[in-house]
Amino acid sequence: MALDGGPEQAGHPAVRLRGVTKRFGAVLANDDVDLDIPQGAIHGIIGENGAGKSTLASIIYGLYAPDRGSMEIDGEAAPVRSPADAIARGVGMVHQHFMLVPTFTVLENIMLGMEGGFLLGQGEADIRARLASLSRQHGLEVDPDALVDDLPVGLRQRVEILRALFRGARILILDEPTGVLTPDETDQLFTILRGIRDAGGTVVLITHKLREVMAVCGTVSVMRHGRMVGRRETAETNTAELAELMVGRTVGQAERPAQSVVGTPVLRGAGLTWRSPGGTLRLREVGLELRAGEILAVAGVSGNGQSELLDLLSGLSGVQEGHVEFAGRRIDAAHPATPAEMRALGLAHVPEDRQRRGLVLPFEARENAVLGRPEKAGPGPWTSAAAMQAHAEPLFARFDIRPPDPKLPAAGFSGGNQQKIVLAREFDTVPAVLLLGQPTRGVDIGTVETIHAEVLALKERGSAILLVSTELDEILALADRIMVMNGGRVAGTVPAAGATARQLGLMMTGAGDGAAA
Amino acid sequence: MTALPRWLDIGVLPVVNLALAFLAAAVVVALVGEDPLEVFGVLLQGAFAPGALGYTLYYATNFVFTGLAAALAFQARLFNIGAEGQAMLGGLGIAFVCLSFEAVLPGPLVVILAIAAAALFGAAWAVVPGWLQAYRGSHIVITTIMFNFLASGLMVWLLSGPIMRPGQGSPQTRLFGEAVQLPALHDLARGLGFEAARSPLNLSFLFALLACAAVWVLIWRTKFGYALRAIGHSEEAARYAGIPVRRAVVVAMALSGALAGCMALNEILGVQHKLVLNFSAGYGFTGIAVALMGRNHPAGILAASLLFGALFQGGAELNFEFETITHELALVIQGLVILFSGALAYMFTPWLARLLLSRSAARA
Ligand SMILES: Nc1ncnc2c1ncn2[C@@H]1O[C@H](COP(=O)(O)OP(=O)(O)OP(=O)(O)O)[C@@H](O)[C@H]1O
Ligand SMILES: [Mg+2]
Repeated sequence: MALDGGPEQAGHPAVRLRGVTKRFGAVLANDDVDLDIPQGAIHGIIGENGAGKSTLASIIYGLYAPDRGSMEIDGEAAPVRSPADAIARGVGMVHQHFMLVPTFTVLENIMLGMEGGFLLGQGEADIRARLASLSRQHGLEVDPDALVDDLPVGLRQRVEILRALFRGARILILDEPTGVLTPDETDQLFTILRGIRDAGGTVVLITHKLREVMAVCGTVSVMRHGRMVGRRETAETNTAELAELMVGRTVGQAERPAQSVVGTPVLRGAGLTWRSPGGTLRLREVGLELRAGEILAVAGVSGNGQSELLDLLSGLSGVQEGHVEFAGRRIDAAHPATPAEMRALGLAHVPEDRQRRGLVLPFEARENAVLGRPEKAGPGPWTSAAAMQAHAEPLFARFDIRPPDPKLPAAGFSGGNQQKIVLAREFDTVPAVLLLGQPTRGVDIGTVETIHAEVLALKERGSAILLVSTELDEILALADRIMVMNGGRVAGTVPAAGATARQLGLMMTGAGDGAAA
Repeated sequence: MTALPRWLDIGVLPVVNLALAFLAAAVVVALVGEDPLEVFGVLLQGAFAPGALGYTLYYATNFVFTGLAAALAFQARLFNIGAEGQAMLGGLGIAFVCLSFEAVLPGPLVVILAIAAAALFGAAWAVVPGWLQAYRGSHIVITTIMFNFLASGLMVWLLSGPIMRPGQGSPQTRLFGEAVQLPALHDLARGLGFEAARSPLNLSFLFALLACAAVWVLIWRTKFGYALRAIGHSEEAARYAGIPVRRAVVVAMALSGALAGCMALNEILGVQHKLVLNFSAGYGFTGIAVALMGRNHPAGILAASLLFGALFQGGAELNFEFETITHELALVIQGLVILFSGALAYMFTPWLARLLLSRSAARA
């Protein structure tokens, strides 16, 4: 393919792919892909959901064997058959879904699988010293003795990067690393990546956020339907052109309707205090009110109680102190409600973690389309493949889920399409209350537009929506009111009209205060 | 891990594994100085000759019940190691009903009650570990193993005392009456005008086939089965979906225990016609291997049960035919089959995938 003919590098490209093809059943995930990743640069790969980015990264990292095609790393054509081969050749990867052992410390996680084991105290001291110097060199400070479970996502990601560098990675692949990060954490990550580049390393950044590509990447490749469709120097392009290359049409913002009449309160929570099973205080005296036809967004650095709030309201964890009023029911410690009861009362929930919670990955997509909705699975106590198929087909059409085959297992869909399966299911009815956890995480820009339009349509039709998102842009684009959480507390609630990213950022870190709205 | 398409996983892989198991067994047989081909000939003859087939199917019946028991629990990621004890309790239920009611109720009614009792007693014995796991966090592997010991002790106590055959010293009950026995299939066949060789094969074989169908329907065609599979793959997702996970765990264990208890239909109600000690004879444990080999699918379990039944029956035959081959060597052969088809079932997956799939990809 001539499209990828970047300027010839002096010396060898860090990674050179020729004619790489990978098929999953009927899906051609990578179709005759040619790619040159220059040495000592940050190279972006963008593309719609299911375009084949993760597959390509997995091939470079040795997780998948390509059906056809060749690969050279640093000009050498030795085959990479496993991640161990890749690591030996200096390739490291940070997965979108972290691969750390949560009950281990940072140090233990980094030593995991390293030759020699750590029987010798001397070995551990060595590793500790090397780790410290590596951390300093790249500005990757983490406490080596902290339990990974206790670290916020941003720091966990640092551990992943450290682990890859520690194993001698000179070519670092990051698959959608910023999806889970706050803007601040994203900036820090980019500083780190630039540092790696300046030290001569090569970074491959897979992302859906064009702004990020423009900010850190020198060059960017665009994939569509498994093919490489273009390559640009970021200095010579703009987000609009990239967006068009990606989706093949111009992309806009979902049209926001004029402020609708504020409806009646549908769900009220008051004095909600909640401790984790370990005894840590996660929510303190949280109060909130969801009104029909209104979107209340929860902003905050992740790990400040947003997830616990969603769990509490959806019935997944029991109310300990305080109470929730919903659809004429009062839910408190003495009168708990199960997730099934909450659903029956008219609640829908898009969970933050689609892979572990929102989907049963080995189940067919159509089976997943009735998860939590047994009445759609078939008559009486029976399930019927025909009924599930009939239920799934319009959902697939409405959300343009690809490949459009509800019989495939959910695990076979790309990250963004998995998210669409969950959204399609939860948006199917007009719920009285919709809990939305990170609805556009890992979703391509074209689809973000579709999802936002669907969210606004539900609002128009009277749903009360609670949106938890780490994307300030998303919050500002959708919310009517914004509730900022910090340390398990409501730091303040402000009307979205007139709110600025700066003001919210201050509130998120506990510096600013907001008026009650 | 490389995932195989279904046809490979279900169709080709077991055959490859089985072939390897027999290859390894052939080496062992050759080492003790016999001709492997001759030995396998005798094994096949011993398992499938007209007079022997009934025995093979009779053993297979036991494996179907215990295999289904393991598989059903495993759909919800529960390792029910307690089929052995649950089967014993099933036998106890049968003895209890037959001994108490055979004098006062009509025979067919007693048989129906005995079947229900076998299932119920087995279920009750499995529900306790299930409940402990769901509500108290005790690990089901540990508790079901302990319940095997408890069942075993209970049987010894009952059979050597309270329900022992009066006036005799061996640990068994008195014989049940003719009216409360499951008819042997050769008798049924004769009734229909066929002549069939005598064997212990009885009506419970048909029950076992029905149980296969019922378990298949339950797992893949009901909402309860959907819930079980969801729990098995991701408890987190099941909770999110509003599935009452704890209750489902208890019910799954009850059904699993009921299936294990039904093994006693074959042994006690069908063959022995009295409760004896240790009639479960390890079938409960082998059932786990059967389920593993049958990929937790009723059709697979049926096939695996036939294989194990044949190995049991044919293995016994080896004993008579060859001086050097004792019962233990027959067990070794069975063990190799379990090893290759069960424990090492996926050892050749990557190899098979490379061999067959790269070819088909190249063609595409
Ligand atoms: N293990 C798999 N089994 C079957 N199909 C798969 C598998 N992995 C990926 N696919 C299919 O290959 C195609 C490309 O998927 P891939 O994950 O590479 O997309 P992506 O570009 O990373 O998308 P996203 O942005 O949504 O993460 C998709 O159509 C997907 O359904
Ligand atoms: Mg991806």
